[in-house]
Amino acid sequence: MSSEHVISSKIYWGIWAALICLTVITASVAFIDLGPLNTVVALVIATLKALLVVLFFMHVKYTSEKLTKTVIIAAMFWLVLLLLLSLADYSTRGMIHAGMP
Amino acid sequence: MADTPLMTEHEEGLQHQFADMQQQLNATSLGMWLFLATEIMFFGGMFLAYLVYRYWYYPEFAAASRSIDIYLGTINTAVLICSSLTVVLSIQAIKLGKRKLCVMMLLVTILFGLAFLGIKGKEWYDKFEEHHVPGTSFNAKDIIEKYPQLHVEPAPMQIFFSLYFAMTGLHALHMVIGVGIMSYLAFYTWRGHYTQQYHNPVEIGGLYWHFVDIVWIYLFPLLYLIDRKPLR
Repeated sequence: MSSEHVISSKIYWGIWAALICLTVITASVAFIDLGPLNTVVALVIATLKALLVVLFFMHVKYTSEKLTKTVIIAAMFWLVLLLLLSLADYSTRGMIHAGMP
Repeated sequence: MADTPLMTEHEEGLQHQFADMQQQLNATSLGMWLFLATEIMFFGGMFLAYLVYRYWYYPEFAAASRSIDIYLGTINTAVLICSSLTVVLSIQAIKLGKRKLCVMMLLVTILFGLAFLGIKGKEWYDKFEEHHVPGTSFNAKDIIEKYPQLHVEPAPMQIFFSLYFAMTGLHALHMVIGVGIMSYLAFYTWRGHYTQQYHNPVEIGGLYWHFVDIVWIYLFPLLYLIDRKPLR
């Protein structure tokens, strides 16, 4: 059991406070007109929150198991592939004929 | 097992194929992470459908998003974050051998989970009242009249609400399953099945709960915060 970490509850409460703050910030910023940046800010904050949960609450920061990290990175890779390639298709449709008379 | 000469005594809760408790825990967690990877693809398809339709019908998505209750959505996000905290505190408690504290934290998690589902239910009820549920009785006149400067069509708003109900519905289903898992864990922790030495089910149950929390962390900005800027 020596290698199993017991993390101080102070860290957990700190992460909780950060997550609550980020939630309030993201909901408030949505009411301010930042143009197209509104979506960017909302998604950056969401990713930051997800990262805090994965690293600290799901103990990925403390695990020595490389296989777990590999699975997580692979899962994210497939998700990005799915979203990015599909959107590259949908967002460029019609472009070929755009310059033609 | 002690009568087999080849076997040596192992720690309580340690399956014989593992070298030690840490390796057993790593293997259990890896299994849960593999399941979560499939869940990412499961939800991923829906997120892709959402993104494509949002790209095609942005004004309608933005207008329809204004009609869902941002305050209830924010409160629900906070409720889920609190439930994730109680989950990690329950895992920490059992690691320190505090069985009763662990059970209590798991019960609080269940309460937060049920509170989330209750608030979600209230939001859905409102949508039914407002006739914003896709189908024959769908009517988005109120949104169109409320935001005349957006010039939106009702049909693409049905797509938004279809995705809204599908995504929050699938998430809510995961929450219901999560509450079931937490109840199971609370019962067997209370019965003393999980101890300071062996508590892998509590750990991986927690991983599942956090994953469902993360899905909501993305659903919240994508569904509630599309466009809340004051209209000119």
